[in-house]
Amino acid sequence: MNVVIVGCGRVGSVVAEAFDSAGHKVIVIDRSTTAFDRLPGEFKGDAVRGDGTDEDVLRKAGAEGADVFLALTEGDNRNVMSAQLAIEALHANRVVAKINDPLRAAAYAELGLATICRTDLMSNAILGYVVLPTTGSRGVVAPTGVHAGGEHHHERDGLRSGVRSGPVGLGREPISAPSPEPDSGREA
Amino acid sequence: MFVLVVGGGKVGYYLTKELIQSGHEVVLMEKDRARADQIADEIGSIVIPHDGCEGKYLGEAGANRADIVAAVTGDDEDNLVICQMAKHHFDVPRTIARVNNPKNEDLFKHLGVDELISPTRMILGSIEQDIPVHELLHLAGLGESELELIEAHLDAGSPAIGRSTGDLQMPEGCALFAVIRDGVAMPLRSDMTLREDDKVIAIGPEDCETLLKEQLIGASATES
Repeated sequence: MNVVIVGCGRVGSVVAEAFDSAGHKVIVIDRSTTAFDRLPGEFKGDAVRGDGTDEDVLRKAGAEGADVFLALTEGDNRNVMSAQLAIEALHANRVVAKINDPLRAAAYAELGLATICRTDLMSNAILGYVVLPTTGSRGVVAPTGVHAGGEHHHERDGLRSGVRSGPVGLGREPISAPSPEPDSGREA
Repeated sequence: MFVLVVGGGKVGYYLTKELIQSGHEVVLMEKDRARADQIADEIGSIVIPHDGCEGKYLGEAGANRADIVAAVTGDDEDNLVICQMAKHHFDVPRTIARVNNPKNEDLFKHLGVDELISPTRMILGSIEQDIPVHELLHLAGLGESELELIEAHLDAGSPAIGRSTGDLQMPEGCALFAVIRDGVAMPLRSDMTLREDDKVIAIGPEDCETLLKEQLIGASATES
C-alpha cells in the first residue's frame, strides 16, 4: 500500500515505522526536518519537508491516490484541511484526521471524515483504569452521521469522494477495533 | 443582522468596528487574551477571548443564531474549520472566509464555504490590470471630465493592422491622436497605415471603450 503520513511527531513516526517495517511504501511529511530524527535509521520510506495543508506540496511528495492518508500533526485544523485535501483533490482512499477537540471530531465524523481524538482516547483509558464509566467516543471514529456512506447527499455535505469511493471507502469501519464499551454520553 | 466575526487581527478589528457603526449586532472572537482585552477596552464587551475553532466556544458566542459567520484569521485552515463548523454544526446560513493561498479557493468553495475573500487574489488581479495583454490600457483620467487617456497595443490579430487611421470608425467623441512606433511618438495623420506592434493613443469617454476595442484590438478580445 501507499501510505502518506502528515506530521512526524511521536504518533506519526511510530505509525510510519510500523507501516514501513510491514513492507508498505511510506511518505512522511513534516514542516520541520528535525522531526524526521524520530524515524529509525533503517526507515526506507520518503521523508519530505513541507506544509501538509498545501496541495502542491502533497502532490509533489507523491500523495496522489494514496491508499492510506493519515493527518497526524499537532494542529486539529491543519489535520482537517490536510485530510479534506486528500479526499477532494488527491483522491486518497482511506483517510484519517487526528482531531483532539472532541466536538470538532464528532462534527467531522458526521461530515464523513474518519477522525481520531486523543482527548477521548486518553480520558477513556484513564476512566476505564480507575473503573469509572467511559464517556465520549471510543477513539477512531468512522464517519458516523446519517450522511456517511451515502451517494445522494455528498454535494450538500461538502465531502465528495472517499466515503463512497472504492471497496475500502473512507473508514466505513474503524482501522483499529473499537473498544467494547458502549458509547454513553456521546454528544458533548 | 447578527454577525459573528472570528479573528481579531487588523481585518477582524476594523470589520467589527465598521459593522457596529452600520448598526449590526456583532460578536468578535479572538483567542489571544491580551489582544481580546485590548479590543474590548476600546469597543466594549462584545469580544469573546476564546478560540473560534472550538465548537464549544462557537456555541457560546451564539453561532446557532448568527446570520453570518466571517472567518478572518490569518490561517486558511482555521478559517476553513470555522466556516465548516458554523455551516454544518450550527446551521449558519452564510459563511465568509478569508483565504490567503489562492490555490485553496476551489477546495473551500467545494467544501461549502459560501463566500471567499482572497487578498492575494485581489492584489494579483490589481497588478495584472496594469499589464493587460489584449486590453486597452488606461493611462490617465482627464481632470473632472469623463474623458480618459487610453493606449491600445496592436497585436497580430488586430483588425486595424494594414488599415489607414482615416478608415477606422471611431466612436463618437473619441479621437486618436498619436501612434508610438518603435519607441518613437508620431502625431496621427489620417493617411498613416497602422502596423503590428504599434501603440495607438486615444482620448475618449469611458463608455466608448467597447467600440474602441472592436476597432483596435479585435472582437475576440472584447470577450474578456
